[in-house]
Order: sequence, then C-alpha cells, then structure tokens
Amino acid sequence: MPTPSPLFRLQGITKGFLNVQALNDVTLDVHAGEVLAVIGENGAGKSTLLRVLNGDYRPDSGQLSYEGTPVTFNSPRDAHRSGVRVIYQEPELVPSTTVAENLYIGELPRRFGRLVDWHLLNRSALAQLTAFGYESLISPSTLAEKLTPAQRQLVEILRALKSGVKLLALDEPTSSLTEEEVGKLFATVERLRDQGVGIIYVSHRIREILRLADRVAVLRDGALVAIRPVRETNEDELVRLMVGRPLQAVFARKSHAQTDVVFRVEGLAAPPLRNISFEVHRGEVVGLAGLVGAGRTELAKALFGSARVKTGRISIEGHPIRLRTPADAIAAGIGFSPEDRKAEALILVRSVRENISLCILDRLRRWRFIRRGLERAVVTRLVSTLQVKTPSIEQEVGKLSGGNQQKVVLARWLAREPMVLILDEPTRGIDVGAKAEIYRLIEQQAASGVAVIFISSELPEILGVSDRILVMQSGRITGELSAQDATEEAILNLAMSDHLAKDRPVDGGTNAR
Amino acid sequence: MKQGDRAMALRSFSRVGAVIGAQNLSLLIVLIALGALITSQTPDFLLAGNLENIGLAVALLGLVSMGQTVVIVSGGLDISVGSTVGLASVTAALVVANTGSALAGVAAGIIAGALAGAFNGGIITIGRINPVITTLATLSVFRGVGFLITNGSAISVPNVAFDNLGSGSIGIVPIPIAILLLVVAAFFIFLRFTDIGRNIYAMGGNPVAARLAGINLDKYKLGIYTLSGLIAGVAAIILTARTTSGQPASGSAGLELESITAAVLGGSALTGGKGTVIGTFLGVLILGELDNGLILLNVPTFYQLVARGSLLLIAVLVQEFRARRPGFFLKLWGRMTTR
Repeated sequence: MPTPSPLFRLQGITKGFLNVQALNDVTLDVHAGEVLAVIGENGAGKSTLLRVLNGDYRPDSGQLSYEGTPVTFNSPRDAHRSGVRVIYQEPELVPSTTVAENLYIGELPRRFGRLVDWHLLNRSALAQLTAFGYESLISPSTLAEKLTPAQRQLVEILRALKSGVKLLALDEPTSSLTEEEVGKLFATVERLRDQGVGIIYVSHRIREILRLADRVAVLRDGALVAIRPVRETNEDELVRLMVGRPLQAVFARKSHAQTDVVFRVEGLAAPPLRNISFEVHRGEVVGLAGLVGAGRTELAKALFGSARVKTGRISIEGHPIRLRTPADAIAAGIGFSPEDRKAEALILVRSVRENISLCILDRLRRWRFIRRGLERAVVTRLVSTLQVKTPSIEQEVGKLSGGNQQKVVLARWLAREPMVLILDEPTRGIDVGAKAEIYRLIEQQAASGVAVIFISSELPEILGVSDRILVMQSGRITGELSAQDATEEAILNLAMSDHLAKDRPVDGGTNAR
Repeated sequence: MKQGDRAMALRSFSRVGAVIGAQNLSLLIVLIALGALITSQTPDFLLAGNLENIGLAVALLGLVSMGQTVVIVSGGLDISVGSTVGLASVTAALVVANTGSALAGVAAGIIAGALAGAFNGGIITIGRINPVITTLATLSVFRGVGFLITNGSAISVPNVAFDNLGSGSIGIVPIPIAILLLVVAAFFIFLRFTDIGRNIYAMGGNPVAARLAGINLDKYKLGIYTLSGLIAGVAAIILTARTTSGQPASGSAGLELESITAAVLGGSALTGGKGTVIGTFLGVLILGELDNGLILLNVPTFYQLVARGSLLLIAVLVQEFRARRPGFFLKLWGRMTTR
C-alpha cells in the first residue's frame, strides 16, 4: 500500500520532438510497494515517459528524484544503477545463447579459471525460475531465439529482478501472453509489490489494470489527465478519460452477411493443418478462435499462398484458385494483414504513402510509371478515412505509433479492395480508441460485401465482431458457433476439450525432446 | 551577411531542398563548400578543362555506382562490379580486335557484363547464398577469368570508331560524360517513378513484407544483379575506349569499394530500403572533386586514400547521429546562426 513519501517522483517532465509535444508537464509519484498503472491511447506519451525513466531520452525540462534526491539519467546504465528497470514490449535477449546464460549474462559462474560452470549456471537458473513459478513454462537450457515473446518477457523480468530493482516499469507486458502466463506474471508483480518494489504498469487492458493496480494515471496527448485510486474508478470512466469521449457500445453492430458464398475451402491440409473445410459468405465476418498454437496463423498463411498446401480446394465465387505465392492470392482477390505488423507487413523505413500504395502499384501505373497525383489522392483519402495520425503522408511508417501503423496496413488492403480479407490479430497492442475504429472498419468492409476472416485471441472482441465463429485446436476446426450461441465458455470448451488427453500437444513440447 | 540576404539564401536553399531532399541538399552543400575550399587554394580548379577532367575521371565510377545503388537499395551488395568491368573490358577488346566491328565490341562488352551479373543473381537466388559471399567469390572468379583470357596482359584495340567512344564529344560534351548523364537520368526515373523501383525499395526495407505484398523476390534479385552487371559492361566499354585497350584489372580494381563508398556517402543504407540515385551521383561527384583537388594541390597519393576513407567515416557518423538525435543539426545550425 502507498507510503507517504514517494519512492520515485517525476516532476514537471516535458519532452518535445521536432513538431510534437510528447510529454507536457507531467508530474507523477510512485510509492514503494504500489502498482501504478499508466494508460492512454497510442501517442498519449506512455512510451516517451518510459524512455525518460530508462534514460533513453533526457527531458527538456523537469526533474526526476529518487527518495527525495534529484537524479539525472543520461543513459539506461544510469537508470539501472539507480535501481530503475524498464522492460519494453520486445525484450532484447542474446538470441543464440540459453535462458540461463541470458539470466546471468556478465556474471556467469566460473570454475578452473575462465571456464563457465555450466552445471552451476543451469542449477541457479532453474532455482530462479522455480522461485517465481516459471519452471513449467521455461527451461534454462532453451535458446533465447526459440522462446515465444511471452517467455522472453518473463526472462527479461527475472533478469531485472536479480539486479536489485527498486522501480520496475513494464510496457504492455501482457499483449502477447496466454492466460496462464498472464496469471504467472501477475503473481510475480504482486509479489514484488509486497516486497516493496514500486511498479509502473503500462497497459491498454483496462480490466487487467482494475485487477492488478493500486492507482491509475491517465495520459492524453502528452498530459496527465487524471490519477485515480482503482477502488474509486471503473472501466467506463477510464475509457472516457483516455479517449476523451464515452465508449458507448464498441461492439454495437449489425450483421451484413448475405446468402451467397464468396470463399470456400475444402479438405485443406498443410501441416500442422488437417482437413480444414469452411466457407465465408458475402459480407460475413467469420471469427477464428483458438489457443495460441492451434493453427490459426498457419491457416491464414496457407490461405494467402504463403505456406505450402498439400491437398485441398480453395475457390472464390465458385472459381477454383491455385495459391502458390502471395502474389497468386492477391491476384485472386485475397488480402492478408499478418499478426506481426512490423516484421511481416510494414516497410518501416519507407513512407506512409509508399506503404499504403504497395499493393495497388499495378493499378496506379501507366505503362510502368506510377501516376503520382492519383497515388497521392488515393493515399490521402485513405489516411483521412482511417484517421491515421501522421504529420504527412511522407512520414516514415516506423515513426508512427502502433495503432496508426496497423491502420496503414489496413489502408493498404482497403486500397486493393479485396473480396476476401484475412485479419490476423489486427488489434494486438493497440489502444481502445484505435480498436474501436478498427472494429468499425471491419463492419464497413463487411457492409460493402467483403468476406472477412478475423483472427483474435481476445474472446470479448471475437464475440463482438464476428457473425460466426470457427474454433480451432491442434490444426483442426473443432466447432462452429453462431453469434447468438457463442459464449466465452463455449469457445474455450471447443478450443481445449478432448485433445489434451489423447493427442500430443501441437506446440510447446516440441523442443523438449 | 545581411539579414535579408540570409533569409533569401535560406529560402532558395529550402526550395532546392524540397526538390532534391534534405539529405541530398546537405551533400550539395558539401560539394559546393569543398569546391570553394579547393578554389581558394588553387584557382585552376574551376577551369573548364579541369571540370571536364573530373567528369571523365568519375564517368566509370559513376556508372558502376548506379548499379550498386540499386543493389544496395534492394538489400544486397555487389562486390564483384570491378572484376565484372575487367572481364567485360577484355571481352569487348577481343571482339573488336577479331571482328573489326566497334558495334560488335560494344554489344559483346555489355552482354558479358550482363551475363556475369546474371550469374551472381542465379547463385544468390537458386543457391540461397548471401550476396556478399557470392559476389566476394565471383570478384575473384571474374578477375581470374579476365587474366586467363588475356594471359595477364592488356589487349590493344586499334579501332578508331570504338576508341572515339572514349575520346570523342557530342557538341562540347565528351561522350563518356554524356553516357554517364544519360544513365544517371535513366536510373533516377527507374528507381523513383516506376513500380519496379518502388518494389525494390520495399524488398530492401522488409523482404518478408515485400513477399507478402506479392513481390517475386527471386525474379527481382536476378534482374537487379543482371542490371548491375550490365551497367558494369557499359562502364567497361568506356574504360576500354579511353585506354584503347582491354584491361583485365587496371582501371577497374577497387571500383567495388569506391562504388559502395559513393552510395553510402549519398545516403544509401546497407540494411536496404534507403538510398537515391541523386544522392549516389552527388557522392560520386564529391569523391571525384576530392581526388582532383588533392592532385591539384600536389598532395601525395597516399593522403588521398586517407582523405577518401575519412570522408566516408564522417558521412556515416553524420547519418547515424541524425538518426539517433533528430533535429540535432537543425539546433546546431540555429545556435550557430543566432549568435
């Protein structure tokens, strides 16, 4: 519980970039033994705040102080020395070394002079993992490059803990975690709080914050809008503070599904996928639910010509199509927004304009020359329809916030006007406001007759957006639910039932052998 | 300088900047400043004859650098360009010497270059071999084949029509410079205004995303390395005509590093997806200007190597700084001018 004198204080922090005021006079106290949640839309200043704390940025004005003493962080090293640790969304581990080595990097136990004592190293690492209940999730001898994003995050947190952390800041820690992992993470955070560590917890997930945090700070447009004790606030109020407008029925939508089938898949097999058959009607949104590793992303890639298909027939509007490359899929009228937008969709070093027009160059060109006026018109229209927040269409995409980057990916496909649109986790890691806009876009696409396949790990979202839900497990479709019948329990039942006992798990245990 | 003059100078500079880009604007400033510095030491620099010398000296490097820029933008690297020039040069000389036809020689040189490039592209795409390793290997292979063909010596080309390509002029413009300007213009249009150019930037910036956007990466790589070889073939024609002999190594050794230097100086990122033809062209001119100035000032050759390398290091450091601290140079400029 909060103690009277703050552990760490940010006083009047202001940080501006060329033409953006990222933080404006933000004053925040973090007490020892409390979890302070920081929420805000993309671009509200959360990342900048963390970077100031971590010593990556120096504030233009304002003062940091630790237990009443002013401190200056010129580099992350300074921050670490003062006991401040910031864990970013994409933690950096040394890829080709093991979990144990990453945990003890710089202080590997030795014997016989300079030889690493592997036995002791692995034992200490296992002890460390066990102390936090991670031993079933992570093995000390796994290579860091084989870890899932979730596991990487947990390793990074453990590493921070070892160095005697006083203030731990977590940036969207749960955006790629499964339920079980989230549980473990929360237990860790609560335990640290009880030990007197101050915790700053940046997240978009309001329900989590209500469960975990003691106080909530809301940022909007670089300014601190409110600080509330969690007991005295609720979801509606927080959303209103963040977005600046009430969130009335984000999911209020009506079905636009028509009777004719646009997209049909029969007997598709592409390891690990087995016997996949389904169809999507014109204007219908079909949700693909399932646990992480159930094969949803693999299915999306197979349907986009990006993974090898062994057998199966795919047709669009009754015409059979062959998908050997993504180019075939695009030509056939399929669009695909992949799960990892930075790695698989965006050309981060190129402009918003070039990223949006990438798949319509064949329509924009006369002979081989791109009609730049037309291109600019198309891109400008999409940027304003999707409300992409960017200083200009010439801005590098890498400099936009996550939600705006996702909108750029969607804009690329809206420009293409596909008949079938496959969206893999389109709302991962983006804030409530941008999510609502993306739901609205999906509905608009459906209304205009596009057949949408929507993959999500967030059950409320998949229930809210889909007309029909297919549930996958171990590479198969294990059930189908209509929007009326679907509940979180029904989905989870289909996603987890029978296979655990009979079949071997498809993911997880593979590198244990 | 008076306040009004400065404002006007700034305005006209920012107009130039809007057309050629901020990065290239700073290169242009370096080019002009370096020229002014050299002129202040030796007035010979600005003589028409000397400027023509610079043009002729950079024609070879300029051509090769165009191909290199496309390769670098696509996320690759072609270390074999110098050897390709040598191989194409002896091929052209051999054909001219045996057929007596200048046209056949030109065609043979260009085809030899293109084939060498296609060979690189084939290994890189079919064998899935890293382009640096591939072209490092062919750097040696092509050079060796060049020596084998000629038995180590140069092949003389006693053909007036062919040699005229190196020493002749169209109006007042020497032919090598005319060819360079034509090729630069063509590459500028190619990379900036065509869909192929756009896709090359995309594949260099993020190959995974480019493939998922429907780009056939193998086809593009094959084409890009072939193009780099083809342009090296054109450069070889000029080299052969200027020296009136087929040269397996002389005049072309080292072009690979110089062309990479020019491209990086011009703002290309070795990680791909970034770089412009104009930037590389300015990089080539700066290198040529530097060499020429040092020669005019009678600076010993060894210092030229040091100067060239230092220039590259400074350019890379400036780029890195700019990426890390946006606005740093603007602030610096502001502090320097508002004193």
